[in-house]
Amino acid sequence: MSPELTGFLFPNDIHIHWSLMIVMYPYITGLVAGAFLVSSLYHVFGREEFKPLGRFALATALCFLAVAGLPLLNHLGHPERGINVIITPNFTSAMAGFGILYASYFIVLLLEVWFVFRVDIIDTAARSRGLKRWFFAALALGVYDTSPEAQAIDRKITRVLAAIGIPMACLLHGYVGFLFGALKANPWWSTPLMPVIFLFSAMVSGIALLIVLYQIAMKLKGMPIERLAISAMARWLWLFMIMSLTMELLEIMMLAYERAEEWEVIGHLLTHQLSFSFISLQMVGGGLIPLILLGIVVLMDRYMDDRIRNTLTMVSSLLLLLQVLAMRWNVVIGGQMFSKSMTGFRETYVPGMFEKEGILAAAVIFFIPFVLLVIFEKVLPTFRHLES
Amino acid sequence: MARHDKDSARPLVPISRREFLNRSSSALAGSMVIALILPEGSSAGIAGADYDWDRHRWVYLIDTTKCIGCGSCVRACRAENSVPENMYRTWVERYEIPAEGEAFIDSPDGAEHGFEPVATGLSVRKGFFVPKLCNHCDATPCIQVCPVGASFATRDGVVLVDPEHCIGCGYCVQACPYGSRFINPTTHTADKCTLCYHRITTGRKTACVEICPVGARRLGDRKNPDDEVIEILATQRVEVLQPELLTRPQAFYLGLDMEVR
Repeated sequence: MSPELTGFLFPNDIHIHWSLMIVMYPYITGLVAGAFLVSSLYHVFGREEFKPLGRFALATALCFLAVAGLPLLNHLGHPERGINVIITPNFTSAMAGFGILYASYFIVLLLEVWFVFRVDIIDTAARSRGLKRWFFAALALGVYDTSPEAQAIDRKITRVLAAIGIPMACLLHGYVGFLFGALKANPWWSTPLMPVIFLFSAMVSGIALLIVLYQIAMKLKGMPIERLAISAMARWLWLFMIMSLTMELLEIMMLAYERAEEWEVIGHLLTHQLSFSFISLQMVGGGLIPLILLGIVVLMDRYMDDRIRNTLTMVSSLLLLLQVLAMRWNVVIGGQMFSKSMTGFRETYVPGMFEKEGILAAAVIFFIPFVLLVIFEKVLPTFRHLES
Repeated sequence: MARHDKDSARPLVPISRREFLNRSSSALAGSMVIALILPEGSSAGIAGADYDWDRHRWVYLIDTTKCIGCGSCVRACRAENSVPENMYRTWVERYEIPAEGEAFIDSPDGAEHGFEPVATGLSVRKGFFVPKLCNHCDATPCIQVCPVGASFATRDGVVLVDPEHCIGCGYCVQACPYGSRFINPTTHTADKCTLCYHRITTGRKTACVEICPVGARRLGDRKNPDDEVIEILATQRVEVLQPELLTRPQAFYLGLDMEVR
């Protein structure tokens, strides 16, 4: 079935080569970067209000990072050769940095998780028998020192690792923006603002995800939702979403006001092909509404009942999660809805449900980190240190 | 027709077992001789056996004033290179430009079946055809962005993809400003015009150049002092597509118009 086309397209330009998988990839790495930031606010900057979330945020970042490469692998025409990006990289390619960034960030994150949970691992090993004891002893890597001095060293190392992790998380995600921003062939992608937009929206999605997961986790565990934690996250979320929206708007306003050559294509793209996903989702439903809701939470924090605050932040967070997903879609798919002839458009693109890179595959990949998170929570409870 | 039918209806002559073994052993011996000779040539990949890539520097010249939009080049390219359906290593665009208002541009099926007349409703004062193919750029973004180095330039100036190493990420497809690349649905790797490298390295022209009935497409060699195309590049006013992108295309055009994309 050939897509509906308007204007003149180069004959090879009617295909959408970068599918839903390439939408999911920056979405997932963004969640990693944002979740990691929240954990670092506690571990590096000592923001006590984030203490209830410090460990959980770290676990969330790890679980999502574990699947961040999956959409890419599923997208590749030859996934069995994917490892060549790491083994034989061509360093003039922005994409060649992926292996190094991904691998080194993964190592930093694993190390930080180990140091944060080391004492818990040893305690569990000491309290259990048989296979479980053996498993946790193996996790402890043969070090059983839980003296106050050793714990002080743990905290110091955690702090250093978390500090290293911040620029690395920014790089990992800024780099995703760079992949798009550095392609001069595509006017909708080619802007130095692209990595910045990706970074801010990453923070937005990560914080929003934590607000949602934290509230659900507390409900499931029958633990109280910490007022300070929610207020603080709402404040950060509001700040980052304002930054993110501002950048997203600035980019198109500059083009429109300049009456840049590209605007002829992009203006049409935003008001026609992407009118729902850009205007309705990214700007109004996922932008303006959470902006107002979070504004209420932040400005009227002192007078607000906990339940209202929780509900408002929850709704805003869900909307913002959708907003960031819409933003990824608009960038990745939007950039392929017009031809490089700059005169022709593809009218619609709906990914198939069951195709290799379709909706089901994306949903499965997105579901895995939640399963991982449940397993992580079973092995190393992230909230236990709060119970005592 | 009838005679042909009679010929094909001729009964098969049975051969004895001895004769069969004799014939097949000589066929086997023959194929072994070929196999012994072949590796020399095939080790050079798709290039000809005696080809020295330091002695050539290929360029391409398209004279839009000559093109009649017959689409022979598109068909020849598909036949020569087994280009998959709905994908194009070369194509032809039609421009119909009225004195006032927007130009009409199309390229139905990449002009594989030529062009039917269209009723554009425009009072067209200027119309022409523009053949397109990979520009084999000297400073090409497609090679730059390939994460594994599967896209590369030969020393004689041809941009190629190594299908054995391409991982099929599609980054080069996104990076090409001319829409010259696509992902081959059979091999799942990036695909594009090879400038018929298997032909030009064995002393032949590209399929599209050879078939063009009006000489609108020509192949040139910068290292050949008597090359007519190089003489044209040196003495006439030529243009390239999207020069502002600084990709330094090596496909040159005569008679481009500002409407050309």
